[in-house]
Amino acid sequence: MSVLLEARGVSKSFGGVHALEQASFAIAAGAIYGLIGPNGAGKTTLFNVLTGIYHPSAGSFHFDGRDITGLAPDRIAAAGIARTFQNIRLFANLSALENVMIGRHVRTRAGVMGAILRNRSTLNEEAEIERRAMALLDEVGIRARANHPAGSLPYGDQRRLEIARALATEPRLLALDEPAAGMNATERLALGRLVRAIRERGITILLIEHDVRLVMNLCDRLMVLDYGEKIAEGTPAEVQKDAKVIQAYLGAPRAA
Amino acid sequence: MSRAPARVWLGTLLIAFALLALPFALAYAGTAWVRIANFAILYVMLALGLNIVVGFAGLLDLGYIAFYAVGAYVYALLASAHFDLHLPFWITLPLGAAIAALFGVLLGAPTLKLRGDYLAIVTLGFGEIVRIFLVNLARPVNITNGPQGVTRIDPFSLGGFDFSRRETLLGLDFTGPIKYYYLLLAATLVVIVINVRLQNSRVGRAWEAIREDEVAARAMGINTRNLKLLAFAMGASFGGLAGGMFSAIQGFISPESFVLVESIMVVAMVVLGGMGNIWGVILGALLLSFVPEVLRWTVAPLQEALFGRQLVDPEVIRMLIFGLALVLIMLYRPAGLLPSEVRRRELTERSV
Repeated sequence: MSVLLEARGVSKSFGGVHALEQASFAIAAGAIYGLIGPNGAGKTTLFNVLTGIYHPSAGSFHFDGRDITGLAPDRIAAAGIARTFQNIRLFANLSALENVMIGRHVRTRAGVMGAILRNRSTLNEEAEIERRAMALLDEVGIRARANHPAGSLPYGDQRRLEIARALATEPRLLALDEPAAGMNATERLALGRLVRAIRERGITILLIEHDVRLVMNLCDRLMVLDYGEKIAEGTPAEVQKDAKVIQAYLGAPRAA
Repeated sequence: MSRAPARVWLGTLLIAFALLALPFALAYAGTAWVRIANFAILYVMLALGLNIVVGFAGLLDLGYIAFYAVGAYVYALLASAHFDLHLPFWITLPLGAAIAALFGVLLGAPTLKLRGDYLAIVTLGFGEIVRIFLVNLARPVNITNGPQGVTRIDPFSLGGFDFSRRETLLGLDFTGPIKYYYLLLAATLVVIVINVRLQNSRVGRAWEAIREDEVAARAMGINTRNLKLLAFAMGASFGGLAGGMFSAIQGFISPESFVLVESIMVVAMVVLGGMGNIWGVILGALLLSFVPEVLRWTVAPLQEALFGRQLVDPEVIRMLIFGLALVLIMLYRPAGLLPSEVRRRELTERSV
């Protein structure tokens, strides 16, 4: 399988704090790649460096063979990486449908003149934006709430809406930051099915998640971060047996 | 799109007829009222321009009147006795709007990373800088004629048709202000259509996204730099257009007309009417233009009738009532008189 995203020695420090140190990994196209680690391990920092919100202090990202290190967030999205946020960042006062329509921005063209003149190509594009946004809402299962303000949706639906909005940018890599946080067991099962269905469409997935069962069931490969450093990588079964991982999560066994 | 029902058509027709007949009704009360109406329409144009920046993109601009000044001076300098240039308005007006748009980008570029209060302070400073330049650009080369301003500015004329001359047509008396009224009305209609169409477009949605959450907007692939600059430029160009028309109608401009209070007035129109809602903004502009004038004509006679003499200076009472009205409206309708649905949610849910 070909490599879609490769990170080479990515570091990020804030003053004296090394949030991320020399992280290297490769994600195969079509994989569901998990990123786990205790709180404060640097998982979200890695997401922020990858998606251009922060500049890496060192290292580089190669996406589909192209160096994307340090590109602005909108260029990263245009390149084909979409993300969700750990602390949901929807456009809370806009409707669910509008949220997803905004996700279509990067793949559409109409400018000021098109908006003012409302020529045929602009009208066609608008209709297409709405049609695709509706289809995506349908896919994540919240079509019935299309016209509700995003901020008024139940928590689980807000997470789904964030995924729909990210999918609207037609990503090749979808980065999900704790999508199951705050969901109940039923919602988690449904989320697992949704993530698999997205992968079936040929979209590679990078997943941060705390729910161990979900991660182990879903991911093809895992990377474990602790204090900004990669301490293990492998299949779920391999990682589970790794001594360093056990130590990071449970602490070192005390000498009796 | 669905066909509008007959009732809507009838309503539109009635409003159109009322707007067409209005100047003659006002002229009956005195030509001064036609002029007041003209200025009210100019303010509608200004408020709609500012609404793009403040209402759509969420960028608080306290120096908006600077663009009005730029448009006014471009027109005045290119069509007056000052440089003895008399270019036609179909060159000077678009040029004024374009140069104002350029100034919008000039203001926007250094403020891209600023938000809220910080942006407000910088824009406020920008407005003052422009005004002070206008005051001082008289030496060593006399460009703006300083505080005296530019006089004898050409009115609009097209072929032999002069907008400032009085004419009688079909038994109706078309004074200069009435002709300008129709011109302003037509220009404002165009501005309204542009506003409505921009709001419901890909660009308008991107602006909304920036206003709601800039980080998320960027992560969705929206180039926030370009879109913010676009908002500044579009807003400024409407300001410039209104400025050029102001020049021609007034025939005289000076830096006095572009003071900070004017900027604040336009912001008040947008906020009071209902940020982001085009109809609210129009209502706000009309109210804030007409109410002070109505008070000007009613306060003095009212005192006379009640007390038999002038107890308090009418001008003081006028501003007092006006200020009180603003405070009350903001207390009881914090999102504006006609808020947009989205803004109402923002301003009510967060303040709890």
